[in-house]
Amino acid sequence: MSSNNDNSSKFSSTRRKLLMGMAALPAAPLLANTGLFSTPAFAQAPATSAVNTTGLAVTDTEVTVGILHSVTGTMAISETGSVQAEKLAIEQINAMGGVLGRKIKFIQEDGASDWPTFAEKAKKLLVNDKVAAIMGCWTSASRKAVLPVVEQYNGMLYYPTFYEGLEQSKNVIYTGQEATQQILAGLDWVNKTKGAKSFYLIGSDYIWPRTSMKIARKHIENKLSGKVVGEDYFPLGHTQFNSVINKFKLTKPDVIYAAVVGGSNVAFYKQLKAAGIDLSKQTLLTISVTEDEIDGIGGENFVNAYSCMKYFQSLDNPNNKDFVAAFKKMWGEKTVIGDVTQAAYLGPWLWKMTVEKAGSFDVDKIAEASPGIEFTKAPEGYVKIHPNHHLWSKTRVGQAQADGQFKVVFETPELIEPDPFPKGYQ
Amino acid sequence: MFSDYSLAELGSIFIMQGFAGLILFSVFVLMALGLAIIFGQMGVINMAHGEFMILGAYVTYFTSQLFLHYIPSLFGIYFFIAMILAFFASGALGMAVEWLMIRRLYKRPLDTLLATWGLSLILQQVYRSVFGPREVGVELPNWMMGSLPVTEVVEVQINGLFVMGLTIAITIAVALLMYKSAWGKQVRAVVQNRVMAGAVGINTEKIDRYTFGLGCGIAGVAGSAFTMIGSTGPTSGQLYIVDTFLVVVFGGAQSLLGTIASAFTISQAQSTMEFFLSGSMAKVLTLLGVVIILMLRPQGLFVIKVRR
Repeated sequence: MSSNNDNSSKFSSTRRKLLMGMAALPAAPLLANTGLFSTPAFAQAPATSAVNTTGLAVTDTEVTVGILHSVTGTMAISETGSVQAEKLAIEQINAMGGVLGRKIKFIQEDGASDWPTFAEKAKKLLVNDKVAAIMGCWTSASRKAVLPVVEQYNGMLYYPTFYEGLEQSKNVIYTGQEATQQILAGLDWVNKTKGAKSFYLIGSDYIWPRTSMKIARKHIENKLSGKVVGEDYFPLGHTQFNSVINKFKLTKPDVIYAAVVGGSNVAFYKQLKAAGIDLSKQTLLTISVTEDEIDGIGGENFVNAYSCMKYFQSLDNPNNKDFVAAFKKMWGEKTVIGDVTQAAYLGPWLWKMTVEKAGSFDVDKIAEASPGIEFTKAPEGYVKIHPNHHLWSKTRVGQAQADGQFKVVFETPELIEPDPFPKGYQ
Repeated sequence: MFSDYSLAELGSIFIMQGFAGLILFSVFVLMALGLAIIFGQMGVINMAHGEFMILGAYVTYFTSQLFLHYIPSLFGIYFFIAMILAFFASGALGMAVEWLMIRRLYKRPLDTLLATWGLSLILQQVYRSVFGPREVGVELPNWMMGSLPVTEVVEVQINGLFVMGLTIAITIAVALLMYKSAWGKQVRAVVQNRVMAGAVGINTEKIDRYTFGLGCGIAGVAGSAFTMIGSTGPTSGQLYIVDTFLVVVFGGAQSLLGTIASAFTISQAQSTMEFFLSGSMAKVLTLLGVVIILMLRPQGLFVIKVRR
């Protein structure tokens, strides 16, 4: 990790200076423009007609993007962090001079935790507002609702959540991990360091946990020659887990592997603790608890559990220190930053860099220019867009501490290639 | 499934499973009691029941913060004070709602469904705007966490015992209030014949307001207690509303005993099936069973004989 970072941060800091210079130069003459002769004479801020051939909301001084998350309804719990991260990224980009000499303006729409609303608002952003890109969606259901819309109207969606894979689109950049990236490394780790052979799989009952568990089971049985001693799914919002906790006690698995989400999450861990299951003795590995969730669960109920994802707030690298400091400055000392929040922060940055590489805001050109884009200042370290529009990223295992933060106990040495259609796992 | 385990292990698990069923039973009774009073006695379909519970949960959260910051020495007992405050907060909100909205709708019981559904959405958004969209973690005093080891495998959850004790206490209190006190007699009189009750000098409006307030107050206490086992967030109330209505309707809306019997049946069925089948399947079979029984007995398990 370190070698990558060192090289790249040098590269990026020179580029940052360059950009700032670029941005400062054209500002004054542009303001003086009457609009009639609006083609700026500076190469640094290319003419609008050249960078925008498809009628997007791009002017000589501004470019408009959309933010589409739920700020009301059930999902507001999770999506609030993503909105905050995207606004922070946009503000930072603007402070550096914007994109191709244009400040980013955002239009925020509320998906209201309702999937048809997501589709409708996406259409509004693309058709009425002509946004150059949309940062948005959180649940797979909302993404599935928005996908046909961005494909039909040729928009660009930056999607932040870790998800089940089995999807790829020209019009979407997936900044979170797909399932195999998140799952396999964690299972290998727990198998190797804890000698884990028997697993109990438990999740909420919808597409993401089911697909994830399917991948986990195949990996446990075929690659780790381990055993799955139980597999259970509970309806979303289920609040009573005493029966399944008794099953843990009976089957005594080496690892409880959990993908319980939402309000159920809180109930699950509180009841585990109440039932006397001590997570320092019983290994529990989850793929669904970030720092955000621990806020609701309570640090004392989750201490010593392991979480497997690509980002933790406690990551010790200069990029992340800057990011955490900036985030807290903007949104308050008490806010916590989870995996998805960080992934959402990547969206505007990746888009900006792609636009600059393509030299255009046109969606077709951005889709084409995306593969190979590197973001060296990413809080998670270093990421790169794969030709399948997912990100190369590392996977990490964190051990929960009583204060609600994670101690990183494992990190894959290499970036893991995204593989949304994994062979042998379907 | 059981061939790999010793008899002692199986015995312990069955004891624990029985206990899990009892906890679920207490939880069901606690969340359904408030609704049983409002729906059963007044005929108001209160879809905002879950939000009254969550108000209690938030009151508990703030009480815990208050104790933590100002009187940490008494943190061990804050939960009792929080429950009392939750009762009065939810009860007061309930009475206000009754006065502003419900009393205009007594003659249109189906409209109360729509109105209280709207109320629940409004309350959720109010919680979200005031307390933030994220869930809050309610810290418990140490003595309420963990479990009492009875044998090596059998462990009894302290919060489970707490909920059970609370449920028994509240059930007895409600039963005494409804069937032994003068006020309870007035409530039942109003339920049976509003006009006649008014004619013999009972202030029916006042009775309505206090009954509704009592139901909401009990919901608040339930919400306060559930901070031990569940989440506290703007939409957490929605997690309970389906089960609550299931218990009340299945039990026969007007009977307190019916509510208890129905809570017992559903909780035992669900808890046992969750152990032998998967969680989602258990829920499906429970709902299926309830549907079939309600088809055969549309009034629910218990019916009070009233002259119509």
